[in-house]
Amino acid sequence: MIVLEHVNKVYDNGFHALKDINLEFKEGEITVLIGPSGCGKSTTMKLINALNTPSSGKVLIDGKNISGLNPVELRRNIGYVIQSVGLFPHMNISKNVGVVPRLKKWDKGKTDQTVNELLDMVGLDHTVYGTRYPSELSGGQQQRVGVARALAADPDIILMDEPFSALDPISREQLQDELIRLQQDLHKTIIFVTHDMDEAIKIADTIILMKDGEVVQTGKPDTILRHPANDFVRNFIGSKRLENENENIYEIPLVDEVMITNPVTSFPSRGLAEAIKMMEMKRVDSLLIVDRNKQLQGAVSIYRVLDQYGEEGKTVADVMHPVRYSVASGSTLPQAIEIMDSHQLSNLPVIDSNNRFLGLITRGSVVKHLAEVYPTMVPPLLNGEDE
Amino acid sequence: MNAFWSFITERYPDILKALQEHLVLSFSAVILGTIIAVPIGILLVYSRVGWINSIVFFIANLFQTIPSLALLAILIPLLGIGMKPAILALLLYSLMPILRNTYDGFHSVDEGVLNSARGMGYSTAQTILRIQLPLSLPYIMSGIRITTVYIISWATLASLIGAGGLGQLIVSGLGVNKPEMIFIGGIGAILLALVADGLLGLLEGWLSRRYHQTRDAAI
Ligand SMILES: Nc1ncnc2c1ncn2[C@@H]1O[C@H](COP(=O)(O)OP(=O)(O)OP(=O)(O)O)[C@@H](O)[C@H]1O
Ligand SMILES: [Mg+2]
Repeated sequence: MIVLEHVNKVYDNGFHALKDINLEFKEGEITVLIGPSGCGKSTTMKLINALNTPSSGKVLIDGKNISGLNPVELRRNIGYVIQSVGLFPHMNISKNVGVVPRLKKWDKGKTDQTVNELLDMVGLDHTVYGTRYPSELSGGQQQRVGVARALAADPDIILMDEPFSALDPISREQLQDELIRLQQDLHKTIIFVTHDMDEAIKIADTIILMKDGEVVQTGKPDTILRHPANDFVRNFIGSKRLENENENIYEIPLVDEVMITNPVTSFPSRGLAEAIKMMEMKRVDSLLIVDRNKQLQGAVSIYRVLDQYGEEGKTVADVMHPVRYSVASGSTLPQAIEIMDSHQLSNLPVIDSNNRFLGLITRGSVVKHLAEVYPTMVPPLLNGEDE
Repeated sequence: MNAFWSFITERYPDILKALQEHLVLSFSAVILGTIIAVPIGILLVYSRVGWINSIVFFIANLFQTIPSLALLAILIPLLGIGMKPAILALLLYSLMPILRNTYDGFHSVDEGVLNSARGMGYSTAQTILRIQLPLSLPYIMSGIRITTVYIISWATLASLIGAGGLGQLIVSGLGVNKPEMIFIGGIGAILLALVADGLLGLLEGWLSRRYHQTRDAAI
């Protein structure tokens, strides 16, 4: 456990960057430091690996004041992803990742193996990128290398200063997932700085909100979302979530808001082999059959198709069964759920007044909608879909 | 032209000797200058005391501004005549460019790179040897190259205090009124400077590539 006790930091130029900070970072947890630019997140983080020394107060790791430790040794045992990445331009990517193991004098075989595994883990094929130089990588790729480098010597404590900020949303999510997965196995003590509340909610065990060198609120993501300490926190949590909270919670959603608008459909004239291919590709176990005029003709399940598969000339129209239940556009979600519930349906088509097919309510779409409206109750992790 | 060729064929052992002396003079000065200036440059980078930097740069600059002839003359009463005072004088000239470039090279290393080196657990000595020095090598090399070119041309004056070199041909040529001798001395020094510039330039380019010193390495 890492403890900051009454820490003040006054920089040489007289700037009072941290004001009487008292914090605990629990062992085996991800603690996220979040707050506006310049509030002192990086400053706080650098106290822990002694890149900053407190002007007053104490920093304790497992009860020991770090001012009594050799800072160089200490840093070799703390992973650090720095905000500006800071890869060494004269070393190739493998060398960069292997920096701390080499400082710790690991043997070469073990270092090389670790480096290769880590590069692959952060999504950079080591056979392709290992021999490249930092200047030959994009900003996002450099950030991945920065993350791999911090993990290389298998430290118990990892400091990550906006490690994913240069990544596109999809890679960012991937690396977040990877971090969560890794953390489930390894239980590192991770301190993570971000500007992004979604990221914080997704990965944090504990969130620390800072402003102007002070801690505004500390707590589990859920607690902070439910009980923001003041307007600043409320603002920081974000207008979108709050709007959802204020307006939509008491409004009954319509099926049109909840339905999936691009479910897997097929024309009636398709052959059975095509239907199987399609289900395989989209990973669904049934198809809706919709004709050119968007009229819903029926549905086929994978079992029906497989059953009749031997007969080559058949089309999906021959094996489909009629869809008995649907719900009209403009109905409310509870109406739809009522129908699904009483007839044991896994999904329900939505059609307009001309009988045209508009979309599909599935269990997954319902969960997803709930997750958007009540972010605290259903963490955004759970938005996997099933049709 | 004839006189010129016959001079070369007749006196080529003397010419070679002059060339060799010239090389020894110039390169001893540059090598010693590098050995002295690079560590001082590094110390200055790490020195916290501003006025020490100012003083050292002031002194190194001062040497630069003393006319070469005067500097050589000043050294005669101190060190006598011959190779030694000549090398010392040339060495003093080499300090400033190498010092300056070492200093600038170290300062050119990206702040993020330095912070991450510290954060990864490099000691100060390791940071200097494994990060800053390799990344500054292209700068240091360019300082050495520029100095070498100057030193080779100034070394022609060293013959005035009995240190020999290509300057000796010029001085003797003036004495006995043999234009071809003066010509050989002058051309020799020019060619030597050009060749040194070219070779050191190649080395500098190779180092830059070897250490991938690119301005946009850090995002
Ligand atoms: N070495 C320094 N000397 C003087 N002031 C500094 C120094 N480092 C940081 N500061 C100041 O301290 C404050 C906190 O800086 P810090 O880097 O901790 O902010 P941050 O919360 O990490 O911001 P960001 O989100 O922009 O990275 C800022 O106002 C900054 O200007
Ligand atoms: Mg920061």
